[in-house]
Amino acid sequence: MKKDKGKQSQYYQTLTRKMILTVIIVSFTPMVLVIAILLQQFNASYHEKTHAHLSELVQKHKQNIDSFLQEKLSTIEFLASTQRLSRLNDNDFLYETLIKLRRDYDNVFVDLGLIDEKGIQRAYAGPYELEAADYSNAKWFKKAISEPEFISDVFLGLRGFPHFIVATRVKKNGGFWLMRATVNFNAFNSLVHNFQVGRTGFAFILNRTGEFQAKPNQEIKPCSQCYSFFWEAVEKTRNNILITRWTDDSGRENLYAVGSLKNGDWLLIVKQQAEDAFSDLNRMSNIALLIFLVGGTAIIGMAAFTSKQMVRRIRKADQETEMMNKQIIETGKMASLGELAAGIAHEINNPVAIMVEEAGWMGDLFEDEPFAESKNLSEFKRSLAQINTQGQRCKEITHKLLSFARKTDTTLKDVQVNQLIQEIVGLSEQMARYNKVTMATELQPDLPFITISPSEMQQMLLNLINNAIDAMSKSGGTIKIITKLSRLEKDHIVIIVEDDGPGIPESNRERIFEPFFTTKPVGRGTGLGLSICYGIVQKMGGKIDVHSTVGEGTRFRIWIPVQK
Amino acid sequence: MAKPYIMLVDDEESFVEPMQKRLDKRGYKIIAAYSGDEALRQMDTHRNLDVVILDVKMPGMDGIESLKEIKKKFPLVEVIMLTGHATVESAIEGMKLGAFDYLMKPCEMDVLTAKVEEAAGKKHAHEEKIEKARIEKVMSTRGV
Repeated sequence: MKKDKGKQSQYYQTLTRKMILTVIIVSFTPMVLVIAILLQQFNASYHEKTHAHLSELVQKHKQNIDSFLQEKLSTIEFLASTQRLSRLNDNDFLYETLIKLRRDYDNVFVDLGLIDEKGIQRAYAGPYELEAADYSNAKWFKKAISEPEFISDVFLGLRGFPHFIVATRVKKNGGFWLMRATVNFNAFNSLVHNFQVGRTGFAFILNRTGEFQAKPNQEIKPCSQCYSFFWEAVEKTRNNILITRWTDDSGRENLYAVGSLKNGDWLLIVKQQAEDAFSDLNRMSNIALLIFLVGGTAIIGMAAFTSKQMVRRIRKADQETEMMNKQIIETGKMASLGELAAGIAHEINNPVAIMVEEAGWMGDLFEDEPFAESKNLSEFKRSLAQINTQGQRCKEITHKLLSFARKTDTTLKDVQVNQLIQEIVGLSEQMARYNKVTMATELQPDLPFITISPSEMQQMLLNLINNAIDAMSKSGGTIKIITKLSRLEKDHIVIIVEDDGPGIPESNRERIFEPFFTTKPVGRGTGLGLSICYGIVQKMGGKIDVHSTVGEGTRFRIWIPVQK
Repeated sequence: MAKPYIMLVDDEESFVEPMQKRLDKRGYKIIAAYSGDEALRQMDTHRNLDVVILDVKMPGMDGIESLKEIKKKFPLVEVIMLTGHATVESAIEGMKLGAFDYLMKPCEMDVLTAKVEEAAGKKHAHEEKIEKARIEKVMSTRGV
């Protein structure tokens, strides 16, 4: 029994788990799919958009810077090619020109100078004392003298201040001359200095050796490894903008947009933290995740709750069905037993009738002459009387059996059950007193009338009372009969017959309503009393049950419907 | 008063036999029939029957049908139903159809004879009344 229950509860647990799992899978799969696909799509398009934006920015700045440099170079070239050497070699002229250029170009030019092919500055106009300076060993000079035009990297030079040089080579009077101008670094730097994208995006310019040519307005850590990678990558992409990602030493992922400047000498790099660049995307992902988590929790909670509730209902229904089945089986068993009993009763009744008749005939014959003198006459007569008596007893048994089979004559009447009970109690009291049993009643007044056969009701109550008296015949006790309106069953009267006798052992309790089940000694009981009660109650449309505790007593309850 | 003339109808010979002997010994004139059909045939030839003791449960034409036939053809003959317990309801139905009374098998001989006498008495009283009425009718027609 206990094992069974354990198995059952395990079955219901498995059922619950399966239901929860099914609900979760069914509801999560589409949710996860939709969120994943949407995020993926959004992610892709957002990346594309961000990349395009950065690329455009870099492109624009690249053009700006290139044109800035080109403009400065053109100015110098124009100056150098249009003026005679004597004029260019004149400090005063250069000074005048510088002032003019400063006016025109917003102080971009710091100084002007003319250098001969040996590297000696022949003429100079500017704030520094650089007349006759010797550049013959300067790297930039060597490079500048070999090319028609030249823009240097930013360097400190003789003046100890970051600047870069724009120079053009001209051939005058049979020799090479270099016309050079220093460009104000600050003016150039401002081209990238104020550049900002998002919260963390800034721009800077690098030369081939990885030195900063223009710096952003914030601290920046050089990253030689990534710069060399950029150089390679940019050369491959030619003039296009490279967009790439690089994780720096601190583990932060950065988004880089790289374009080449100054015919591939410099790199314009825009760097932005990926986190910042995709902050909208991240926020979106976070919201999606939050919705997913909240929704998921709700789904799991609901799934668990509803599944449990459903399983509880199923369990209850199962239990009800089981109980119903038990009842049906019980009723069926009783019905078939009843039929069997009726059949047996009928079959036995006829032979018994014949036996009794034959015995009677023998008795009749003994009245005749020849037998009257037989010395055993009295014995014969006693024997015949005994046959007759036992025949009558058989008749009684079959009669009871047939009562159980509900085939006795009954006339239904409207009965006040309390009155009936009082009559029966009156009948039984004598016998009860003889067995030291007291009778008590607790009858609810004004009970509705019930439509039953009074003789059947009488028979049933007498059976119950007699059983109780028999059970208590040794020790004595009390039989209590209670009537009231049932609270459990609507429109039913309940009659309770209880005693404080020895009780019914559990092993017998299930069988007491079966015909021929008796615990009384052979010859004392037929085992039909309670089965008759059962049959009668069934016929009345009511029901009967028994509660018994060994040593404390037994209680029979009978529910009888009230017709309206 | 003469002993009533009885017919016992039951399909079970072993029951009919001792019964017949016992009633005979008590001075009743008694014949037996073993089915409803036979009973009706016998009644055609034994017109002076007083009481029929009829078993309810018989194969073929059962007690109730036999009773209906008997009451149709011989309304004056009294019928006592004899039944096992299972057929008490049909015995009651029989009484509604005009049977005199019913008895349960096995029954005490004294009870049976008492019932038979009673039934016969009723029948005779009835017959007398009819006779009287007939005489009165004759008288009255004479008087006119």
